[in-house]
Amino acid sequence: MKQEAVIDRSTFAELQDSAGVEFVAELVGTFLEEAPGMLAELRVARATADAERFRRGAHSLKSNSLTFGALALGAMARELELKGLDADPARDVVALDALDAAYAQAAAALKELSHG
Amino acid sequence: MASPAHLLVADDNKVNRLLLQRSLQLQGHTVTLAENGRIALEMLRREPFDLLLLDIAMPEMDGFQVLEHLAKDLRLRDLPVIVTSAVEDMASVVRCIECGAEDYLHKPVNPVLLKARLGASLEKKRLRDQQKELVRRFATREVADDLDASGFKLGGQRVQATVMFSDIRGFTTMAEAMPPEETIELLNTYYTLMFDAISGHGGVVNQIIGDGLMAIFGAPLALADPCGSAVRAAQEMIEMVTLFNQEPDRAGKPVIQIGVGIASGSVIAGYTGTDQRATYTCVGDTVNLAARLEAHTKTVGQAILICGSTQAALDSGSGATSIGPVQFKGKTESIDVFSVQAAV
Repeated sequence: MKQEAVIDRSTFAELQDSAGVEFVAELVGTFLEEAPGMLAELRVARATADAERFRRGAHSLKSNSLTFGALALGAMARELELKGLDADPARDVVALDALDAAYAQAAAALKELSHG
Repeated sequence: MASPAHLLVADDNKVNRLLLQRSLQLQGHTVTLAENGRIALEMLRREPFDLLLLDIAMPEMDGFQVLEHLAKDLRLRDLPVIVTSAVEDMASVVRCIECGAEDYLHKPVNPVLLKARLGASLEKKRLRDQQKELVRRFATREVADDLDASGFKLGGQRVQATVMFSDIRGFTTMAEAMPPEETIELLNTYYTLMFDAISGHGGVVNQIIGDGLMAIFGAPLALADPCGSAVRAAQEMIEMVTLFNQEPDRAGKPVIQIGVGIASGSVIAGYTGTDQRATYTCVGDTVNLAARLEAHTKTVGQAILICGSTQAALDSGSGATSIGPVQFKGKTESIDVFSVQAAV
């Protein structure tokens, strides 16, 4: 898989340009509040084998990641959305751990960018 | 550029909601937010919106279900909907359009594209509203509602209905002795009263020709008792004219008299004309008979004449009295004709 940027600077700059720097800082704040819940949703959906909930959670995370230019995180979420629940739960758990790590990176970068 | 509009955004994702709200507010619009399809639908039924921006994947009620509910709701059917979603399969997009969505924007939504699509949708809505307003002004409410519900289509259907013709006796002579402004004012007052009496009994005025009018009872709206409704409307019309005459009578001015003919039976009802200019009307023997009965009121000096089929459907206490069979021009058989008194 091609290595995507943690945050695509031009997407983020365009967002700031069209919505306003201050508003984007607030929106990043909202994302950082909401995202842990989405990640937890994915874990619950995996644990309860709720395919619809899993897809919807991954879809939401993908959608928000792409809004901020968090391409790596978005690509991973997209993969989970399109693939759905894996027949082997262990593989999803590995993927979700990787997703958590990608989120932590994206969150740190977004915080820095929006206060930069 | 489109003028500011009141928009509803339905999205379960908070970041998406806030960002759309921001983009739309920056364009000068007023925005209300809904967290899922069910809440959006409740809001739409409660207050008017100019347009809905709708996400597809939502808990409780998804975008497809919202579109289905809107399509079934007469009041909300024409609400423009722009679907905004990060759903990637083309089938979903196609399904949205088939369910009645006007446009589709892929998320993340590009603000420039959003502005352009929104402007186009709102402009289309404005034209549609304007058209509806015109239809309401030049057609009756019932016809406008029927058009709304079933769409405009030339062509008719056979229905059972009661047809009424009415006109002012000797109006042309009267009008010649009056200033034109006074004639139009008289006609306007007269028509206001007649329309009120007719629509008050569920009838639809579908033609006005000079001092005469044609009304239909039972189409396009079905009525429980079209014959009785038409006769009661006619009686009220005569009473209205009597009241209307009091003032000119006291002032020594000419008073008006009307004649009403009513016939019931099978008619062909529908839109006739061309695609550019059409009217809702009824044709058939029953319509001709109603016109003949109205003309016959002058001959026999009665205010209201009805056909045998109409009389047969009335209550026994209607006070209709037979004036015997009448042979009308163009009819092979004579028709039983009854007279109804105005004041019951």
